[in-house]
Amino acid sequence: MSILECQNVTKLYGSKPALKNFSLTLERGRIVGLLGPNGSGKTTLIKLIAGLLTPNQGTVTLSGMPVGVETKSIVSYLPEVTYLNPSMKIKDTVKFFTEFYEDFDQERAYSMLEHLRINPADTMKVLSKGTKEKVQLILVMSRRAQLYVLDEPIGGVDPAARDYILNTIISNYDENATILISTHLIYDIEKVLDEVVFIKYGELMLHSTVDKIRNQMGKSVDGLFREVFRC
Amino acid sequence: MPWELNNDRPIYLQLMEQIKLRIITGEYGPGDKLPAVRELAMEAAVNPNTMQKALAELEREGLVAAQRTSGRLITDDIERIRKMKREMASGELETFFRRMSRLGFTKDDIIDMIEKQGKE
Repeated sequence: MSILECQNVTKLYGSKPALKNFSLTLERGRIVGLLGPNGSGKTTLIKLIAGLLTPNQGTVTLSGMPVGVETKSIVSYLPEVTYLNPSMKIKDTVKFFTEFYEDFDQERAYSMLEHLRINPADTMKVLSKGTKEKVQLILVMSRRAQLYVLDEPIGGVDPAARDYILNTIISNYDENATILISTHLIYDIEKVLDEVVFIKYGELMLHSTVDKIRNQMGKSVDGLFREVFRC
Repeated sequence: MPWELNNDRPIYLQLMEQIKLRIITGEYGPGDKLPAVRELAMEAAVNPNTMQKALAELEREGLVAAQRTSGRLITDDIERIRKMKREMASGELETFFRRMSRLGFTKDDIIDMIEKQGKE
């Protein structure tokens, strides 16, 4: 069964549509890039999957279940903003996650923190923007979820840490899990993607494997994106 | 040998080429056991699915063989490896001749130049 199925989803903000009659199916075991210019509906789609928004029309189902309380236990969501309590220490945040999520792997979290030389005794608010992002991503990737939805996971981190984080993503996800990543940093990330989804003005433009783009069009995903979304 | 990948061609094809190169240079010797897919994927910083695809294709070409329980082995057919080496070399030569002829050199010119340069 597909891990994600969106059927004719429309989401309006007031009278302004953020997603228009949007349909998409994702299979298990894939790393998928969600790509589109600013304001194309990427974050809206991710929030619908995470259950933070409800569609005006259409349905979103995860592993056959409509988005709701049950699906939250199979989705690990990384928002684009910081949501962790700034006065908590990292280790307390890890503890909080361990208690909150049944599928949270504490050992994995600590090993990633150590690799990135982040001190668990530090308080969140003293961390730089990039380090906060790393901590958040580590927490999200330490769950044994079936679907990871990452909204701009590497925007604020330096290129060297970006490589480590990408490696963390590919080495930690389980073969039956799918990762949906929205990003503008296509060039950095396309090497690890199986598939891409292009969206524009809330509509699906393209859903293709990366190999197909390279083989049939002789282009990188980054190159194709620049062409399709030329301003 | 570091993994060099660019984004313009399918990654699995590039992985196949680079694994072949490693077999030719003996970095992966005949009959050697290949590292696990996940390990190789980490090393090359690619998606494990992509590495899996590259290895499956190499398997189809008979250059690696899957063992029931213990991963994959490089072929021990040394003649097969030699043949691949010669094929790769003639591919390189073809490219070279094509580029030189674009610069306006004939085959004889080129052979002449190679002999001279070789003596220096």
